[in-house]
Amino acid sequence: MKETIHEQELILLKGLARNDKKSVEEIYKHNFNLIQALIVNNSGTAEDAKDVFQEAMVVLYEKARSGNFELNCQIRTYLYSVSKRLWLKKLQQSNRFISDPGDEGMANVPVEDDLTEHDEKETEFEMMHQSINKLGEPCKSLLEAFYFQKKSMQDIADGFGYTNSENAKTQKYKCLMRLKKIFFTNYTKKD
Amino acid sequence: MHDHENTILIEAVERYILGEMTPDERLNFENLRKADAEVDQMVVEHTLFLQKMNRFNEWQKFHKSLNDIHTNLAESGKINSVRLKGKAKVVYLFNRYKRVAGIAAAIAGITTLMVSAIISSVTPKASPSQIDYLSKELNSIKNKTIVQDREINSLKSRGAALQNNIEIPYTKGGTGFIIDAKGYLVTNNHVIEGANNVAVQNSDGKEFYATVVYSDATTDIAILKITDKDFKALPAVPYAFSRKQADLAETIYTMGFPRDEIVYGQGYLSSRTGYDGDTLSCQIDIPVNRGNSGSPVLNYNGEVIGIVNGRQKDAQGSAFALQSRNIFNALSKLKEKENADSTAKSLKLNTKSSLNGMNHLQQVKKVQDYIYMVKVN
Repeated sequence: MKETIHEQELILLKGLARNDKKSVEEIYKHNFNLIQALIVNNSGTAEDAKDVFQEAMVVLYEKARSGNFELNCQIRTYLYSVSKRLWLKKLQQSNRFISDPGDEGMANVPVEDDLTEHDEKETEFEMMHQSINKLGEPCKSLLEAFYFQKKSMQDIADGFGYTNSENAKTQKYKCLMRLKKIFFTNYTKKD
Repeated sequence: MHDHENTILIEAVERYILGEMTPDERLNFENLRKADAEVDQMVVEHTLFLQKMNRFNEWQKFHKSLNDIHTNLAESGKINSVRLKGKAKVVYLFNRYKRVAGIAAAIAGITTLMVSAIISSVTPKASPSQIDYLSKELNSIKNKTIVQDREINSLKSRGAALQNNIEIPYTKGGTGFIIDAKGYLVTNNHVIEGANNVAVQNSDGKEFYATVVYSDATTDIAILKITDKDFKALPAVPYAFSRKQADLAETIYTMGFPRDEIVYGQGYLSSRTGYDGDTLSCQIDIPVNRGNSGSPVLNYNGEVIGIVNGRQKDAQGSAFALQSRNIFNALSKLKEKENADSTAKSLKLNTKSSLNGMNHLQQVKKVQDYIYMVKVN
C-alpha cells in the first residue's frame, strides 16, 4: 500500500538526517505517545517504551541519512512498524511470550531489512564505544577532543598540559594506534 | 624517530582526507600515494577508520539529542510521561487496560494483573531497596556518651582553646579514607547525605571537623576536606589509586569502622560488575557491616581498587564496591567546579604505591592511619 508522503514529512526527514533539533523534536512529539501506548499495552514499562521508541528513531535516522532512502509510507507508520518488531523481539529474547498485539488500525510495513542493517551498525558502534572506553585516560579525552569536538592541536596541548602541540600530536598518534588495535582485534573476533 | 615520521604521515593523511591541503601539496601527496603502496594502503585504511569514528560520533550525538528531547518534552508535558514502578505500575496498567478493553474490562483487568505480576517478578530492574547501604545509624544515646568521652579526651589533648566549642551529637556514620595527604578524603555520598555537620576521626580516636567539597548521588561518591585547624598534613599517601579493574579472584582487603574500632576484613573479588550488572561497581566477597560504607578496597600491591558501598539484602557475604576509577572521575569533576580552591585544583591521586613488596601486616599497619571514621549529623 502506497501512501502519499507529505511535503512536510520530507522536510522533517531531511532535518532528521542533519540531527536538526527542531525536526527531531517534531517527530518525537507526534509519535512518542502512540509507541508508548503500544509498549505499555503489551506488558512493557514507560522505560521500555522510551528505549524502543528511541531505537526506532535511530533506525529512521539511519534510513534518512543513507542517500538512497525511499520512505514509501508515513513516518508514523514506519516508526510504528519498527517499534513493534523491536518490541516483539525483545519480548521473545526475555522469554515473555506474547501474542501479536494486532495493529489496531495501524498500517504495517516490512522493515526487516532495515533492522538487520541497523543491528550490524549497532554492533559496530558498540564495539567502537567499548574500544574507546578501554583506551583509558588521557587517550580517550585526547582523541575525543580532536576527532569529535574538533579542537585544534594547540588548544588540546594547552588543555591537557602538553608543553607544545608537537608532543600532543605524538601522543594523539599513539592513542589512535592503540584505539585501532583494540577496535580491529574485536572486529576480527566478532566476524 | 619512527613514531615521529608516522605522526607526520598520519597528519598528512588526515589533512588529505579532510581536503585541507593546498593544491600543490595535494598533487605531491597523490604522487606519493601512487609511488608508495604502503602510504596508499594507509590512506585507504585510515579513511575507513575515520569514517567509522565519525559515524560513531554522530550516532552518539543523536542518542544524546533524543534523550534531551525526551526530557524536554516530558517536562513540558508535550508527551505523556509515565514513571511508575511497582504497585503504581499495576494500577497504571490496570487502568490502561480497563480503558482499552472497554466491554471486556473485567477479564482484561484480571489478565493485566497477572501479566503485571509476571512482569514485576521477572523484570530485573534494580530496586534500590534490594541493596543495603552500609552506613550505620549511631545509637544516639550510646553515641552521645561516646562523643562526650571523646570530646573530653580531645579537649584534654587540644587544650583549653576549644573549650567553648559546642558539642555535636553525631547520628550517622561510615568510613572514609585519605586521597590526598593535605586532608582530602573520599567516602560514599549516602554516608554524608543530608549532613549538617561532618567530622572524621582517625584510628587513634582524634576527631577533626570536615566539610563536603563534592558529592554525587548517582555515583555515590563524596569528597571531604578536613578543615580543622588541628589537623596536620599526613606523610604522603602510601597506597596507589588504580584506574584499571581488579582481576577476578584477586585477594583484596578492606578496613573500616563498622564499630568504634577499626575492623579489617579480607576476601576476594567475586565479580567485575556490581548489582544487576552495574559496570561502575564490582562484587567483593568480604564480610562487611553497617559503617563499612566508604571503606577502601585494596589489593596487596597496595592499590586501591574500590570503595565499599553496599551489600545485597538477600545474599549474605556478598558486598559491592565502587570501582576506583570513579574516584578519578569525581576528582576531575571537583576540579571543574567553579568554586574549587587552588589546593583542590592541584589534587593528584598517587599512582605509585609505596607498599609494594611489604608483607601484609606491615601494609595494614601503614594503611590504617589513612582510614577515618566519618560521623555525620
